[in-house]
Amino acid sequence: MREPRPGGDLFGLLAEFDRPERLVEAVKRARKAGFTAMEAYSPYPVEELTEALGFEENIVPWLTLAGGIFGAALGYGLQLYTNYAYPIEIGGRPLYPWQSFMLITFELTVLFAVLSAIFGMLLLNRLPRLHHPLFDIEAFQLGQSDKFFLIILSNDERFHSKRTRTFLDMLDPVRVEAVEHTEQPE
Amino acid sequence: MSEKIRKRDAAAAERITRIPLKYPAPRAWWICFAFSLLLLLSFAVSAAVLLISGVGVWGNNIPVNWGLAIANYIWFLGIGHAGTLISAMLLLLGAHWRNSLNRFAEAMTLFAVICAGLYPILHLGRPWFFYWIAPYPNTMTISPQFKSPLSWDFFAVLTYLTVSILFWYIGIIPDLAAVRDRAKRRWQQVIYGLAALGWRGSARHWARWNQAYRLTAAIAIPLVVSVHSEISLLFAAGPIPGWTSTVFPPYFVLGAAFSGFAVVAMIAVVLRHALGLGMLVTDRHLDLLGRFLLATGLMTAYGYVAEAFDSLYGGELQDVGTLMDRLVGAYAFSYWGAVILNFLPLQLLWFESVRRQPLMLFLIGLSVTIGMWFERYMLLTTSLYRDYLVSSWGQYHTSVWEWGLYAGMLGVFLTPFLLFVRFLPVISTFEVEEALRETGDLRHA
Repeated sequence: MREPRPGGDLFGLLAEFDRPERLVEAVKRARKAGFTAMEAYSPYPVEELTEALGFEENIVPWLTLAGGIFGAALGYGLQLYTNYAYPIEIGGRPLYPWQSFMLITFELTVLFAVLSAIFGMLLLNRLPRLHHPLFDIEAFQLGQSDKFFLIILSNDERFHSKRTRTFLDMLDPVRVEAVEHTEQPE
Repeated sequence: MSEKIRKRDAAAAERITRIPLKYPAPRAWWICFAFSLLLLLSFAVSAAVLLISGVGVWGNNIPVNWGLAIANYIWFLGIGHAGTLISAMLLLLGAHWRNSLNRFAEAMTLFAVICAGLYPILHLGRPWFFYWIAPYPNTMTISPQFKSPLSWDFFAVLTYLTVSILFWYIGIIPDLAAVRDRAKRRWQQVIYGLAALGWRGSARHWARWNQAYRLTAAIAIPLVVSVHSEISLLFAAGPIPGWTSTVFPPYFVLGAAFSGFAVVAMIAVVLRHALGLGMLVTDRHLDLLGRFLLATGLMTAYGYVAEAFDSLYGGELQDVGTLMDRLVGAYAFSYWGAVILNFLPLQLLWFESVRRQPLMLFLIGLSVTIGMWFERYMLLTTSLYRDYLVSSWGQYHTSVWEWGLYAGMLGVFLTPFLLFVRFLPVISTFEVEEALRETGDLRHA
């Protein structure tokens, strides 16, 4: 999902809720009302929220698998190649003993699977990102365990600063705030 | 769930994020920190002496060329394993009570693995050339011997360290964001802000985070098993009596978990007392740790029995001789030290009243930690000092620099751990809250 480009006057409208259940309900209603460009925030993972947003993605597991396969090929290939380029023949032992190659192969499989899982996750999440328009909002604090937010982004087709605010007010939030674009370089 | 309980538990969870910003017990912390800096000084001096004079300053000699250095390597690596096991295994099993323990257990893993990794490097003889074990395009156009256990070690420790760091770090990011949001001082906002990578807790972020976290956990479990069985495989690669028993890989892994749980129990008792975390690290957690300790301890005991049985049943003279050396030889103290310290106080854990008593659990943990150290020492020296060739029989005496380095390594472990306790959230707050929401009560979380 793309975030609005800087330049417009508003980034989005942010509604705060005090219970995860209310936020899930609000997300469902916003989707029913036809909004698509929105994001929900919670201080801890709320599974229903992901479902309510209709977010389904399995890139991370596939990336992990790809990383694992790459690591395995790299580990085994590395050992095979070096033993070919620099053969060490001791005691009539085979030049390519797959058994003794397995350990490094396994370790590199694990290493690259984990690296691609975690860096893939960060990349897909567009992290690290040290500044975000939301950080300008005083009330937006994850440190509080009972604050849950729904933002409707201004690049939504149905977005209209007044009408969307009225809609958000109907969801009975603690407060609704306008999120401006930040002036920092993106 | 009543609103009152919810508020109370949320307040307890919130307290953790406040610790890094407003630390409650400075004096005890400073005393510990001064002590660990002293230990660190011992590391600096011992390592400097080693680098200047060479490995000869240690008591290692032929045939016992693996002295304290390798025993401690295995010991530290073993301690590290429990952190990953607690966090990864229990995460996948959905055991919510892990949340009160996993963060500091993982930190323990991290620092223990660093200590472990330093040992083989320092043991190399010319430690400044340690990067020769790494495959890199060099001007000498030679590459490491991949059939050598030393290069297995390199890959195993490197992978284990990297995976532990990443697993721990992505687990702490949301809590760092929470600390960032609470920070009032500018430098705190900047430091925690940078460390939190701009985490905002968006639902899409959480979904991907969950996938990555769980996958890493799933991969970390076979990694733990592989790393420690690799060590036992490394033993078996040398023709030394007493090192070829097939029970070694599982015996090593379980012994590692055993010593690790002992250290986790000790840390849990101390942290809970020092930081007033009784609400989160409850008696039930201590009880569960006690059960784990007992279970892994009994499995390790099975390893002892199986090892002896293996030697006797195999009937090879040299193996039986090594067994006798362990029981009554020059280093019998280490065998009996291991057996007594590991398994006698352990039996107290059958009683629930003992498991729930912090001091008792701490003492049993301490006893197991020392006992497991004796075991690693025993496994090395009793096998090495009398191998197949009678002409190369010899004794091994630890030198003062080995002990100095060992004390120093404890400093290498303690110093970052104390800094972690001081500056980072020691318990995973957001996971506690998540568990709270799912189970309704912190006590059952």
